[in-house]
Amino acid sequence: MAPRIGVVLFPGTNCEYDAIQAVERLGATAELVWHGATSAAGYDALILPGGFAHGDYLRPGAIARFSPVMDTVAAYAADGGPVIGICNGFQVLTEAGLLPGALQKNRGLRFLCTTTTVRVERDDTALTTGVPVGTELAIPINHFEGNYTCDTATLDQLRDEGRIVLRYVDNPNGSIDDIAGVCNAGRNVVGLMPHPERASDPLLGSEDGAVLLLALLRTADAAAPAA
Amino acid sequence: MAASRQFSVQVEVLLRDGIADPQGATIERALPALGLDGVTAVRAGKSFRFDLAAASESDALAQATVVADRLLANPVIEESQVTVRPSGAPA
Repeated sequence: MAPRIGVVLFPGTNCEYDAIQAVERLGATAELVWHGATSAAGYDALILPGGFAHGDYLRPGAIARFSPVMDTVAAYAADGGPVIGICNGFQVLTEAGLLPGALQKNRGLRFLCTTTTVRVERDDTALTTGVPVGTELAIPINHFEGNYTCDTATLDQLRDEGRIVLRYVDNPNGSIDDIAGVCNAGRNVVGLMPHPERASDPLLGSEDGAVLLLALLRTADAAAPAA
Repeated sequence: MAASRQFSVQVEVLLRDGIADPQGATIERALPALGLDGVTAVRAGKSFRFDLAAASESDALAQATVVADRLLANPVIEESQVTVRPSGAPA
């Protein structure tokens, strides 16, 4: 059976249909999960897509963290459910404490909208399972606050535990250690600034994002209860 | 129930040292146009004010600090300063 993906919709999210279309094109079924939802039962994976949840008021993700759905997302993640945060979704996951660190404003003080090359650093996370380490993917970014930062102890921990999932080949935004994506200790929660859903069709100029989304669908498939 | 008093709270949030501050940098770059070229170390932050009912000034400070640390500032990249002062008569 096709994995069933829940795409979390906050007020101000704007990449939800891109995410749905991308994973459906790859064989999944997907539906919106409103930010007031208090259950994620029946989903094989959750995606927190990009946009400006709650208008990015205060800080990106700062208010979204208090949406009722985030308790659901946290419980789902604690149970080992795959959770992916893309761009603003990554910011929400850091604010919610499901991923370490924070996304500060880009070095160079510019909003960046460009295609980057990212290198896959791990083949054992919800978003990269089975993707050979060293694979380079052309995937766009679209952000002002995408400059990943954390304290030295956290960075050492991320390195030691192999939790840096993606690195920029040519760092566009000043992220510490070229980090484009990280995961939690359980490897089932992954946040990344690049938008794989925007590189999932030849019409979009790159299909490289589909490599990551297909890996997510494999993870979701494995997580799904046997039908 | 203990009588509560009203307090005025001000929370100032600034980016930590070493965190990129594009607003501060841009403001600083604009200042020479005013003929002021001696201004340095400009930092832009946020200021929040709210009223708070609490049993005592120390209780008010404790509550306001929770607001600052858990919502108004992200401790990974920001630092906050909380000021509490009594306002008005006992409620």
